[in-house]
Amino acid sequence: MKVPLWKIAHARSGDKADRADIGLFAYDTETYAVLKREVTVARLAQHFAAMGAGPVELWPLDNILALKIVLNGALQGGAARSLRMDNLGKNVAAQLLRMEIEAPENLPRLLVK
Amino acid sequence: MKTVRIGAGLGFYGDSWRPVRASIERGGVQYIASDHLSELTLAILQKDRQKDPSAGYARDAVPMLAGLWPLAAKHGVKFILNAGGLNPQGAREAIARAFRDKGWKATIATVSGDSVLERIDELRAAGEPLAHMDSGESIDSVRERMLFANAYLGAQPVAEALARGADIVLAGRVADAALTLGPLAHEFGWKWDDWNRMAAGLTLGHLLECSGQGSGGNFGSAGEWAKVPDYAHLGYPIAEVSENGSALFTKPPGTGGRVSFDTIRQQLLYEVHNPHAYVSPDVVLDMGTLRFDDEGDDRVRISGASGAARPARLKIVAGYQDGWMGTGMIGFAWPEAYAKCEKSAEIIRTLVKERGWAPEEINIEYIGYNSLLGENADPAYRDQLNECFLRMTIRTQDRRVADGFGRLFPWLGLSGPPYVGSMKGVQPAKELLGIWPTLVARELVEKDVKIEIESI
Repeated sequence: MKVPLWKIAHARSGDKADRADIGLFAYDTETYAVLKREVTVARLAQHFAAMGAGPVELWPLDNILALKIVLNGALQGGAARSLRMDNLGKNVAAQLLRMEIEAPENLPRLLVK
Repeated sequence: MKTVRIGAGLGFYGDSWRPVRASIERGGVQYIASDHLSELTLAILQKDRQKDPSAGYARDAVPMLAGLWPLAAKHGVKFILNAGGLNPQGAREAIARAFRDKGWKATIATVSGDSVLERIDELRAAGEPLAHMDSGESIDSVRERMLFANAYLGAQPVAEALARGADIVLAGRVADAALTLGPLAHEFGWKWDDWNRMAAGLTLGHLLECSGQGSGGNFGSAGEWAKVPDYAHLGYPIAEVSENGSALFTKPPGTGGRVSFDTIRQQLLYEVHNPHAYVSPDVVLDMGTLRFDDEGDDRVRISGASGAARPARLKIVAGYQDGWMGTGMIGFAWPEAYAKCEKSAEIIRTLVKERGWAPEEINIEYIGYNSLLGENADPAYRDQLNECFLRMTIRTQDRRVADGFGRLFPWLGLSGPPYVGSMKGVQPAKELLGIWPTLVARELVEKDVKIEIESI
């Protein structure tokens, strides 16, 4: 079934020059395996296409059940020259949590009410 | 077994120093590592320095030390700060003045030599192209517009300043995490090529450098953020470090916030690019071997950092003038709040055109709808908003156009769509700065790093 990431993961984002970077974290190992499979470079590039982002980079970190995501060229040249309200890219993580992925309905976080 | 306890100071220029009091009073810390700088901060400090040559440092260091020093001195706590910004000597003068007024004594070390703005031609003559490290573009395109250029220094001058008896180490652009690695290397006598210990110190410095973000603040999540206890009294994180670099990560007792596997790993990856090669001046850290063991009660054991040899080249962050931003804002209430914002944007565009202005870029955002979520805002809510604000910004090389742009908006209050709010004055033009990251052979910078000690 389709599941938005905010139901099964948490995330924080920040900036370095013209890059926005995001850490995406699974609450548990089952979900981590699903994130690794579903949150791909291609999906990310599509999700953030409107930010004018350059290439997307992605590293899985099994030791902390996390995906490290970097959106190159996503901040209008950087915080000090950006025209945007969110010049620091702090909300890029919130944007990511709105992504929907294909996930099994019995993931631990989906069973918690 | 000897341990060293280091507490987080500020996480940015303008952060609150008040939570640091709890770390000193009941957190058992020996050092406070206080990070006042970011890429954006250097740009702000440069604007200060343009207005007043004695400025250009992070001024919040003065009230912080004035507020905490008697307590810190009583507990034997030392401060490591990069609040010197673009003017460490100016920062020292301001702090020394405040201390003298109160009759306090301290030994203050300044670490400088990170600024290379005046040395760009010399560095290029020495064979450093200083090209943009991502795009490869030549520095010639921005050379004349450059306002500051600072190399990220590592932990060695910090450790040396402590070895020479400093109570307060006041540095310029020392890398954030080096403010923590410096005292650890000093206390334990770590060898500068013991890459795994360097990596451990870097990890802890990175976890401490954003103050409350390392202890439950800004915990990016849906719902979980609301479970973080007592934000109003959120305690800043503390690392209790052993000689081998492993550590207990925690916060002062009786404070708000949360130190857990979840909050710490968010901070670990914050503003990191390749996590297997996190480059600092002192070591290259691989985060893939770290181990976090959550013991509950705001205690996480950290171990397993692995490091590779430090880079041969230091990173420079430089800033250059890059035009002006004009800003205008207007808000509308229901009914048709969004539609009225959209109509206003169209009217403003017409006025811009009729005045013959040709901004390079016009940015339109709707506060209350998409100013933070961008294209990932859900359009289902758009036409039912209770209220909505239009924010328009332009990029132009002409300062007068940027100033004039904001002045277009008040007129809309009487001659535009109805039920308007937010007419709170006109925003003046704001100077935009581009950031120029580049690399330089470390010895060309390190030979001029200066440590000055002054006892007051």
